[in-house]
Amino acid sequence: MLSKKQARAFFLGGTVVFFLIFLGLSWHSISTEIPEQTNEENLTDAVVRGKKLFDSNNCVGCHTIMGEGAYYAPELTKVIDRKGEAYVKVVLTTKEPWAPRGRKMVAYGFTDEEANDITAFLTWVGNMDLNGFPAEPTIKR
Amino acid sequence: MTYKSQKVAYWFFALCMLLFLLQITYGFIMAFAHAGFDGLHDFIPFNAATATHKNLLVVWLLSGFMGAAYYIIPEESKTELVSVKLAYLQLISLAVVGVVAIIGFHLNYWEGRKFLEIPRPLDYLVVINVLLFLYLILATLFKTKNRTTTSMVLTMGLVFAALLYLPGMIWFDSQTMDSFFRWWVVHLWVEGVWELIMGGILAYLLIKLTGVDREVIEKWLYVIVGLTFLSGILGTGHHFYYIGTPKYWLMIGGIFSALEPLAFLGMALFAVNMYRKSGRTHPNKLAMNWTLGTAIVAFAGAGLLGLAHTLPSVNLYTHGTLVTAMHGHLAFWGAYGMLVLAMITYSLPNMTGRKLYDNTKGLYAFWLSNIGMVGMTTAFAASGVAQVYLERRMGLDFMEVQKELEVHFYVLIACAALFTIGILMFISNFIAYGRPTDEAIGTEIEFEALTSG
Repeated sequence: MLSKKQARAFFLGGTVVFFLIFLGLSWHSISTEIPEQTNEENLTDAVVRGKKLFDSNNCVGCHTIMGEGAYYAPELTKVIDRKGEAYVKVVLTTKEPWAPRGRKMVAYGFTDEEANDITAFLTWVGNMDLNGFPAEPTIKR
Repeated sequence: MTYKSQKVAYWFFALCMLLFLLQITYGFIMAFAHAGFDGLHDFIPFNAATATHKNLLVVWLLSGFMGAAYYIIPEESKTELVSVKLAYLQLISLAVVGVVAIIGFHLNYWEGRKFLEIPRPLDYLVVINVLLFLYLILATLFKTKNRTTTSMVLTMGLVFAALLYLPGMIWFDSQTMDSFFRWWVVHLWVEGVWELIMGGILAYLLIKLTGVDREVIEKWLYVIVGLTFLSGILGTGHHFYYIGTPKYWLMIGGIFSALEPLAFLGMALFAVNMYRKSGRTHPNKLAMNWTLGTAIVAFAGAGLLGLAHTLPSVNLYTHGTLVTAMHGHLAFWGAYGMLVLAMITYSLPNMTGRKLYDNTKGLYAFWLSNIGMVGMTTAFAASGVAQVYLERRMGLDFMEVQKELEVHFYVLIACAALFTIGILMFISNFIAYGRPTDEAIGTEIEFEALTSG
């Protein structure tokens, strides 16, 4: 029968081993794979400014991006592909609350420059290799 | 209660009750908005409501863990807390940071990082607060030589939780890197070190409520927290499927997160077996209900409902849908919400000296809140699954699908009302117990410890 000492060794040993594996894989991911999959060379100043605006207005408090966020408003990963840049800029700059099918978005009234930065950010995210996300619909209507 | 300083826990628990109630209120605002009634949009837009709802959850659970630690550590270490005044200072500063953060959310002062919306300047205040808390706990723990496995596992969980907050404070230009390290905090908290805290508190409650030999309970505690880290650390990979991270995470995340329910199964079997092993019944039956409840509901919500959408081929379609909300609600409720309520139910009679052990209101609170939460989870499941098929599999427009889902939110609101009645009854019981008093020292009914730690 398992003793308390053996149980402790299982806990401590397992934790150390798996944490080291996790650190190693994480290091490999962030040093070589992520820069390539996310096209880090295209991460311009405009993209960074766009990310800051995206963050500081808590856009993921309603939307998801890369599938992460809240489930109140549409997924934004491929929004530029889906709706086009011009449409997205109108939504970002309008001073009237945007309310497609009745669900309201806060009217941020961004300047054209800010809207350019946010669309640059969304374009950059849209071009990432996300291992197949978002998936194409499989059931044909 | 054995030591005067354990009374500090009461005020942390009182803060829990207040914040929990506020969290529920914001939940209703969100549920009504999903059902098509967003009358508060101009004052509390959805992103403010969701940031408030999620952060209040984190703060009330942390307040509960802290209260539990202030109650458990002096008793396990057989000594008074090193400073009661500093503990109160820590409580007040925690409440102040929480209130400032929540007001900030309503004034567009935040960061768009799910669960970590508190802006960086406030993060530093959180760090100072947590350092003070850890100092008080560690100084108390190391004041004497009485360091039990239970208190060490609990403290280890709290220390790691504090350390893991740090990767979330680094600024990254890349959304992928930002998300990658945000999961170091959020995932390694809830599916890692918080389970250590859960294991520690659960072990303490089982020792107190069942009278089973401490050595037996603590041996299994090691096995369970061992299983937690064995599966949970690499299980972080299930957040690295689709965020611009390499493909090997699909396999690693899939395998190890499929093993994660084992730790929760262990927790459930552990609690049920210790309960059955105990020959005697502790008079605080409500505390036993919540203790068994937390272990079992955690297995269902965190274990099984997590497993339901953790495999990459399933998650490709469920990722970022209401299916996640289904899992999230029952998981947080079972694993951490009920755990804090179990600790409160166990310690209140001991701190106040009032033995309202087996009252009807308390029993209703337990069942109504649980039935309500299971109903809410079912409503989220129905809407989530419908969303996956209509939007993700058939390619219908997002808002077109959302309109179809509104009806499920009526059901959700009805179940949430039931849940809320349960919680209100719990809070009413909390108030009925009155304030903690020194006269309660030594009045609790205890099973004699068969062996010491």
